Amino acid sequence: MIEAVGLTKRYGDKTAVYNLSFQVRPGAVTGFLGPNGSGKSTTMRMILGLDNPTSGTVTIGGHPYRKLPNAPRQVGALLDAKAVHGGRSARNHLLSLAQLSGIPARRVDEVLGVVGLQDVANKRSKGFSLGMGQRLGIAAALLGDPQVLLFDEPVNGLDPEGILWVRNLMKALAAEGRTVFVSSHLMSEMALTADHLIVIGRGQLLADMSVTEFISANSADFARVRTPDTEPQLREKLSSALTEAGGHVLPEQDGALRVTGLPLPRISDIAHEADVRLWELSPHQASLEEAYMRMTQGAVDYRSTADQKAGLQQPLPPGAQPPMPVPGQGQPGWYAPPPPQQGGQPFTAPQGAPYGGQPPAGPYGAPGAAPAGQPNPYAQPAAPAAPVAAPAAPAQPAAPPAQPAAAAPQAAPAAPAPLTDAEPKSEDAR
Amino acid sequence: MTTHQPPAPQAAQPTWQAAAGASYPGYTSPIPVVRTHLGHALASEWTKIRSVRSTMWTLGVFVLLVVGIGLAAGALVAANASEGDLNGENPLSFGFFGLLLGSMCIITLGVLTTASEYGTGMIRTTMVACPSRGRVLAAKAVVFFAVAFVVTLVSSSFVAFAQVGMLSDARDPSGGEWFKATVGVSLYIALLGLLSLVVGSIIRHSAGAITIMIGLLLAPLVIALFMFSESLQDLREALFEYSIPSQLSVFYATSLTDSGPSGWDPLWIILGVTAAAFAGAFALLQKRDV
Repeated sequence: MIEAVGLTKRYGDKTAVYNLSFQVRPGAVTGFLGPNGSGKSTTMRMILGLDNPTSGTVTIGGHPYRKLPNAPRQVGALLDAKAVHGGRSARNHLLSLAQLSGIPARRVDEVLGVVGLQDVANKRSKGFSLGMGQRLGIAAALLGDPQVLLFDEPVNGLDPEGILWVRNLMKALAAEGRTVFVSSHLMSEMALTADHLIVIGRGQLLADMSVTEFISANSADFARVRTPDTEPQLREKLSSALTEAGGHVLPEQDGALRVTGLPLPRISDIAHEADVRLWELSPHQASLEEAYMRMTQGAVDYRSTADQKAGLQQPLPPGAQPPMPVPGQGQPGWYAPPPPQQGGQPFTAPQGAPYGGQPPAGPYGAPGAAPAGQPNPYAQPAAPAAPVAAPAAPAQPAAPPAQPAAAAPQAAPAAPAPLTDAEPKSEDAR
Repeated sequence: MTTHQPPAPQAAQPTWQAAAGASYPGYTSPIPVVRTHLGHALASEWTKIRSVRSTMWTLGVFVLLVVGIGLAAGALVAANASEGDLNGENPLSFGFFGLLLGSMCIITLGVLTTASEYGTGMIRTTMVACPSRGRVLAAKAVVFFAVAFVVTLVSSSFVAFAQVGMLSDARDPSGGEWFKATVGVSLYIALLGLLSLVVGSIIRHSAGAITIMIGLLLAPLVIALFMFSESLQDLREALFEYSIPSQLSVFYATSLTDSGPSGWDPLWIILGVTAAAFAGAFALLQKRDV
């Protein structure tokens, strides 16, 4: 059992972790999620007594790590795969740790076998690949056969076979009644491995709940509705009818509609009343990744920007369009907002819900702003096509960029910027 | 090479089990739990220091320098000295040059013993395996000091015997001189290495700590060489007398100056400095984040 109470860590005037309280229970795999720089590793280091919290406490089995009797026999950790002296062989590395913890030396060969490194046991770890380094780190964590295990990004660099092995290992360890705390960025992996999730963003707790709860709370399951491609006006008709009925409609890139807030039979009825034929009406269960992205999109510190290559590109010929940026998943607003009723606050949204409450996604529907019937927006060669398309798409306020980017700073690609900029400011202001 | 440790008797001792892990329900390991102490840390540090190549390299170069230069100096003096030149000379004093150069190898190894763990990140693994940080530093200090002392003692004694044999014209050194030129000087060099280890633990950066220690070794002498001003005469004298090469030469009773430290003084000086630095490193280790 790991228990953190009001855990806070400041480095100078940068707050890495702020007022974090959570419990990690035995017998389950607890996933620890958060964007880069959100404080996951700092939290893990504080759990292991490497960093002293600025305030608050974190205990394992009721003791702070540095006061824990027989600490290496109770807790095993993989913090950093490369935290080994590269000049030392895998076996000697583990042997020194075993001796330090009072573990019998023959245990070293056992764990080397468990992680599959027995053939390279006498090779210097300098030559190890990232995956082999991970295996060595996992071996070190398992050395003391501990009750509590912490893994920071254990599957980084592992091959598919290794990923499967780690997944099963985590589950097996938890099934034996151990406490398993795993951080990872691989959502698909977490969805398969973890039973419980702790999500942090910018050093604060965003969610502490089971995986299924997390997904249903943070992802509106939506319906995908497709009207005949040949008749774009049906699409407009349907989307206004659905909006009128209280649904939330988002156009998708290929011309389908993403509808939230209405059950499938109701959508079918509305379409029937509006006399619109449907080509597709399908329920869509959101993935953990989607739920995670939606929850953390306001708390991402490091976000990529478009590669402008300013001044390096040849000027476009007059009338030509710059290519549209690839509509990126993970850009703000790409994921549908939570359904109106359910709200986005199952977790304690800190400080006026900067992460939970999503602004209406209206202007951010832009990535999907391709006229119906033209699924590939990049195939538009000529300028005149766009102005024609724009009025035909009232549900898409952000018109496709009709002018060269230099002449139109307010063009569509800039639309997500206000959100991205405003978020950090509100963070800093606190 | 891994079996130097006898496999601990286990598996047949069910009474040992569940000693510590029982504070809350959950998994209990079948491996017996033992209360760890400094001895475990010493075994671990011994494994660490013998299993990296930098130890072999630095100590190998050290032995090469001490023995090589010592024998070469002895041979040169023996070949060039005319009859009566060496009368009353202490033959052991020609071991000084090799040790002066060799001390840089010991400094390097001392720094690497601690600082390389910070450079590689190994320190986090170590500190997770042994949360009592002072024990780790103490074990490193003991293991390194023992290794440095033994290696220095063996090579300086070898050189001493060889030189006494080669320089048959010189007088026979007294027992006290023998003791100082072997055990005394080895203690001094090992303490110098220990100071480097402690500085490595404070600085946490190999190159930085090695630079500081080499500077400490050479800078006072070099600075003093260029102090021509009359008003700085006293400072210049002090720098000469207390520079590490000068202190090292005291063990051979051929001090570069006539005043300043004499007898066993240099040993007490470096012992005091190292103890103070060790206390500082210990306090910092407890306080800082790893």
